[in-house]
Amino acid sequence: MLKIENLTANVGEKAILKGISLSVNPGEVHAIMGPNGSGKSTLAQVIAGHPGYEVTGGTVTYDGQDLLEMDAEVRAQQGIFLAFQYPVEIPGVSNAYFLRAAYNEIRKARGEEEVDPMEFLDIMAKKLKVVEMDEAMLQRSVNAGFSGGEKKRNEILQMAVLEPKLAVLDETDSGLDIDALRIVAEGVNKLKRPDNATIVVTHYQRLLNYIVPDFVHVLAQGRIVRSGGKELALELEEKGYDWLLEPAGASA
Amino acid sequence: MSSQIESLVNKEYQYGFVTDIESDAIPPGLTEETVRQISTRKNEPQWLLDWRLKAFKRWQSMTEPRWPNVTYGVIDYQAQTYYSAPKSVKPLQSLDEVDPELLKTYEKLGISLNEQKRLSGVAVDAIFDSVSVGTTMKEELKKHGVIFCSFGEAVLEHPELVQKYLGSVVPYSDNFFAALNSAVFSDGSFVYIPKGVRCPLELSTYFRINAADTGQFERTLIVADEGASVSYLEGCTAPKRSTNQLHAAVVEIVALDNAQVKYSTVQNWYAGDKDGVGGIYNFVTKRGKAFTNSKISWTQVETGSAITWKYPSVILQGDNSTGEFYSVAVVNNKQQADTGTKMIHIGKNTKSTIISKGISAGHGQNSYRGQVKVLPKATGARNYTQCDSMLIGNQCGAHTFPYIEVGNNTATLEHEASTSKIGEDQIFYCKQRGLNAEHAISLIVAGFCKEVFKELPMEFALEAQQLLGISLEGSVG
Amino acid sequence: MSAHSNYRELFDTAKRGGAKDWLPHLKIAAIEQFEAVGFPTTRDEDWHFTSVTPIAERTFRPARSSGTTLTAEDIARFTYGQEDWHLLVFVNGRYEPALSSFATLDAEVQVMTFGEALKEAPELLAERLGTLAPAQQAFTALNTAFMADGVVIHVPKGVALEAPIHILYVTDAQASGASLHPRTLVIAERSAQATLIETFTTLGGGAYFTNHVAEVVVGDNARVDHYKVQREGAEAFHVGTTQATQGRDSIYHAFTFTTGAQLSRTNVYSKLLGTNAEVRLNGLYSLEEAQHADNQTFVEHIAPACSSREVYKGILDGSSHGVFNGKVYVDPQAQQTDGKQTNHTLLIGDAARVDTKPQLEIFADDVKCTHGATVGRLDELAQFYMKSRGIGAERTRALLTYAFAAEVLELIELEPLKLALEGLLFERFIPPEPV
Repeated sequence: MLKIENLTANVGEKAILKGISLSVNPGEVHAIMGPNGSGKSTLAQVIAGHPGYEVTGGTVTYDGQDLLEMDAEVRAQQGIFLAFQYPVEIPGVSNAYFLRAAYNEIRKARGEEEVDPMEFLDIMAKKLKVVEMDEAMLQRSVNAGFSGGEKKRNEILQMAVLEPKLAVLDETDSGLDIDALRIVAEGVNKLKRPDNATIVVTHYQRLLNYIVPDFVHVLAQGRIVRSGGKELALELEEKGYDWLLEPAGASA
Repeated sequence: MSSQIESLVNKEYQYGFVTDIESDAIPPGLTEETVRQISTRKNEPQWLLDWRLKAFKRWQSMTEPRWPNVTYGVIDYQAQTYYSAPKSVKPLQSLDEVDPELLKTYEKLGISLNEQKRLSGVAVDAIFDSVSVGTTMKEELKKHGVIFCSFGEAVLEHPELVQKYLGSVVPYSDNFFAALNSAVFSDGSFVYIPKGVRCPLELSTYFRINAADTGQFERTLIVADEGASVSYLEGCTAPKRSTNQLHAAVVEIVALDNAQVKYSTVQNWYAGDKDGVGGIYNFVTKRGKAFTNSKISWTQVETGSAITWKYPSVILQGDNSTGEFYSVAVVNNKQQADTGTKMIHIGKNTKSTIISKGISAGHGQNSYRGQVKVLPKATGARNYTQCDSMLIGNQCGAHTFPYIEVGNNTATLEHEASTSKIGEDQIFYCKQRGLNAEHAISLIVAGFCKEVFKELPMEFALEAQQLLGISLEGSVG
Repeated sequence: MSAHSNYRELFDTAKRGGAKDWLPHLKIAAIEQFEAVGFPTTRDEDWHFTSVTPIAERTFRPARSSGTTLTAEDIARFTYGQEDWHLLVFVNGRYEPALSSFATLDAEVQVMTFGEALKEAPELLAERLGTLAPAQQAFTALNTAFMADGVVIHVPKGVALEAPIHILYVTDAQASGASLHPRTLVIAERSAQATLIETFTTLGGGAYFTNHVAEVVVGDNARVDHYKVQREGAEAFHVGTTQATQGRDSIYHAFTFTTGAQLSRTNVYSKLLGTNAEVRLNGLYSLEEAQHADNQTFVEHIAPACSSREVYKGILDGSSHGVFNGKVYVDPQAQQTDGKQTNHTLLIGDAARVDTKPQLEIFADDVKCTHGATVGRLDELAQFYMKSRGIGAERTRALLTYAFAAEVLELIELEPLKLALEGLLFERFIPPEPV
C-alpha cells in the first residue's frame, strides 16, 4: 500500500530524514519509535504533505501512485489521514460543519454523492460512540478551547468518520492520562480492518500495550536503526534507546 | 497561499456598470445658492430651508477632521455636484411610473422593484443618485400604520414628524461631514413605526450612485415609537470610476421607550482599483438615541469604499436601554477604513455590546476606533467589547484605538482585543482533511466573522456571503 | 507673559560655564525645542485626558540647594531597610554624598553623578546623553534644558551587578515652588545585568514640580530591572519619562508604583531593536481624594520575534482620576511579535473616574497581539463568600482591595522592594484589627 524508499527531507537547510525505507501492507500496524528529535514527526508530516518540509531525495509510492506529486488535500482525498500531534484550532467553525465539509470532499473525490446535514448527523451519531464523545462536541468550534485529551479524541473521531486507508497517528498518546489513552487506543482498534493500515508514531511504549503493532521500527537521527516485532518495543521499554543510538552516533 | 487569498478577496467588482440615463443636475460647486436650489427642487417648506442654511453657515466655519487614521488627497468641495436626479423621476410617482431603464438597473443589482417579483417580506426604497425612484410594499405597510417612504416625500406628507426628529440625534453642527450633509442632503429614507407596532416586513433601502463627480448625501431618519420594533437593511453600490466620489450620509435613529430598532448595512461601494485609483469616500455619521428600556442594534459588513470613516453609535439616554454594534470590516488593495462605534451611557443600568472583526489584506489599513463612555449618573452601566483583527499578507495594517472613559464606580467594563493571521498550520490542517486551500481560507474567515454574521437578517447574510466569497453554511446560526 | 517665555528667561539667566561644548549645545537646542512646542494641551491626542494647566500656569524656578540638614535617620524610612544596596541620595535636586553609600563595586562598573561623569567619562556622556529620550516632547526638552545633576550607570560587558542601585530623590520645605529636573542614564553593555530603583518622595516639600527623564540602554543579552516608586507629596507635580532601547536577547523589566503627587504623568517607553528581546512593563497606581495619575506606555516592536508583556492595575478612591494609555506598535519587519497587555481598574470612590486607552498599531502579519481592559467594582461573589465566613463588610472590602493590588506586586522580582510596597498598601487599605 505504502512504499517508502531512501526518503530524505529537510527543514530549511537542515536534513532531518536521512534515508528512510519502509513498506506498509493492508491490515498491518506499524509502530515508529525513537527519542525526541529523531525525525518521527517529520516522517508523519512528510507522508501527509506538510509544505514546511522539503523532500530532497527518495520515493514514496501509495497504491502504485507517486505520493510526493500529490497536494496535501489530494492525499487526504485518496485516504491518507494524519492524526496531528498538536491539533489546530479553527475558531467559529463548528466541528460538525468542518467534518461534513471534509467528508463530502472525500466522497466527491471518489465520485460519490455528497451527503446533506441530516444524513450526516446519523453517520456522526454512530461514530461518536467509538470515542465515547458527547454530541455537544459537534457544535463546538474545531478544537477551540478543547482540553488536550479532547483534542486527541477529536482526531480519532475524525478518523472514524473519514475512514482512511492509511492512518498515521503522530504522538496521539502524548499528554493523555490513562483513561483517555484507553479510549483513544480502543477507538483505533475498533477502526482496524483487513484493508486499511495504521502507522503509530510514539515516544512511549505505553500506547503499544493497547495498540498491538505487527512491526516496530526505531528511528534515530533520521534513519531506521532497528526493525522488529512487538517484542522490540518491550525491549526498548526496558533498555531505553541508548543501546541503539551508540552505533548510529559513531557512524555519524 | 497569499495569492489564493488575494484572488478570493479580490473578486471582480460586479456592480461597476453605469446606467445611461438623462439627468437633471445642479452644476458643480457649493454656495448658499446651491443649497437654495436643492431645497427649491424638492419643494421644501421654509423651515427646512432655514435649517439647511444654518447648517451651511456652520459648515463653512468648520474644518475637515484629520484625526482618523486614513490619508487621502485634498477634496475640492467646489468641484462636486451636489444634486443629480434622473429626469424621468417625478415627485411622488408610483412604482408603475418608474422608468424601465431604472428598473433594469435595479434588476442588475439584484433588487426587484416589480411588485410580482420582489422578495417576500421585504419592502424596498430605491435611491438613485439624489432621489428615490420608488418604494415597494407601501400599501401593505400602510395597513399597520407604518410610514416608509423617501425623505423628500416625508417632508411633504409628514412634516410634523420630520420637523420633530430631524437633527434630534445628530445635530447639524455635529461634525464637518454631518454639517455638509445637513446643508445639501438630497434624499434618503424615512421610517415611522407607530406605538406598539411590530413592523411586519423588513424595510430596506438600496443606495446607488450613478452620475460621475456627484456626491451622494442621503439622510435617513428612523423613528420607532413607544413599544414599536423594526428591522432595517441598507445596501450600497456605485459604478467603477477613476475619480473619487464623496458619500457623506447621516442616519438618525430614535427608539422611544420600549422600542427596538435593528439596523443592518452591507456596504459595497466601489473601492477603487488595485492601485487605489477611484472609489468612494464614505464619510458617514450614524447615531441612535435609545430611551427607557429600548434597544438599538447596529450590524455592518463593510467591504467597499476607498476610504471609510464611520462610527455607528448609540446614546443610551434612558434607563435600562441597550446598544449593540456588530461589525465586519474588510480592506484590501489600497483601501483604508477607520471605523468603530461610540456607546454613551447616560441612563442607569444601560448595557452595550461591541463585537468588531477587522480583516486586512493587500495594502489595506484597517482601524478600529471605539469609545465607551460612562457618565457619572449611569449607575450600573455595563459594556463588553471584543475587537479582533485578522491580517492576510504582510503589506497591510491593523490598528485599534479603544477609548474607555468611566465616571461611575458601579460600572463594569470588559474589553478584549486580539490580532492574528490565518495560520499556515490551520490551512494545512484543513488540507489534510481533504479541503483545498480556497475552501480552507473561506472556512477560517467565516469562522472569524461568525459572531457578526449571525446578527444579519437572512437575505443580507447571503449577500455578505457573496461579498466575502465565503460559504456561511454551517458557520451561521 | 506666558509660561514658556518665563522658562526661557530662567534658562538665559542660568550659568552654564565650565562644561564641554556639547552640553550647552544640547541644552540650547532643548530650550528652543521647548519654546517651539510649548506645554501640551488636551487637544494633543497623547494628553487627551490629562490637563497640565496647573503646571503650565505657574513658573517653577529650578531648585537651588545650599546643602541639607537632613540626616541618615531622616531618610532611613525610604531605603527599604537595605544597607547593602548602593544608595545615591539627592535632596532638592542636589547630590548628598554624606547621605549616600556604596556597597563594593566591581572595579569596571561606573556609578557617577553627572558632575563626576563629566570629569571621568566625558565621551560616554557626550555620546549617549539625550540620544534616547524623545527630545521633541515638551517635558523631556525642559528636563534637558534644566537638568542640573543626575546619575550615570555604566555596566561593562558581561558584568552582573550584584547589589541593586537605589537613587532616592527627596525634597524638603526648601523645594516649595521649585522645579527639579533629575536625569538618569543607564548603559548595560552586552550580557551585563543591573537592578535600579528610583524613589521620589518628600519630607514636606509643598507644591514642587519633579520633571524626571531616564534613558536606559539595554545591550544584547543584557538585563535591566528598573523600578520607579513615586511617592511625591500631596501637593506635588510629577512628570517622568523613561525611554529604553533593547538589543537582541535582552530583557528590560520596568515597574512603576504610583501613590503620590496631586498630578502625575509617567511615561515608560521601550524600543525593541534586536530580535528575541523581551520587555515587561508593569505598574500599580493607587489614588485617593482628587489625585490625578496618568500612565502611558509605548512599546515599539522594531525587530522580529520579540515579546512584550504589560500589566497595569489601578485603585481609584475618592474623586481621583486615573488614566492609562498603552500603545503597542509593530513594525512591518517585526514578524513573530508576541504582545500582551492588560489594564484593570478598580473604582472604589463614588466620584472616581478612569480613562483607559489601550492601543495597537500593527503593520506585520505574523503576530500575536492582545490587549484587555476591565473597569469595575469588587467581585460581589467574593464579597459574599467572605461575609459568609463571618468577615465584616468593611474588612472584606479592604482585604479584597488589597488582594487586587497585591497581585500585580507579585510581578516584582526584587523581594525586599516587593515586601516594602506590600507593606505600604497594607497600611493604606487594611484597617487595624478591632481589639
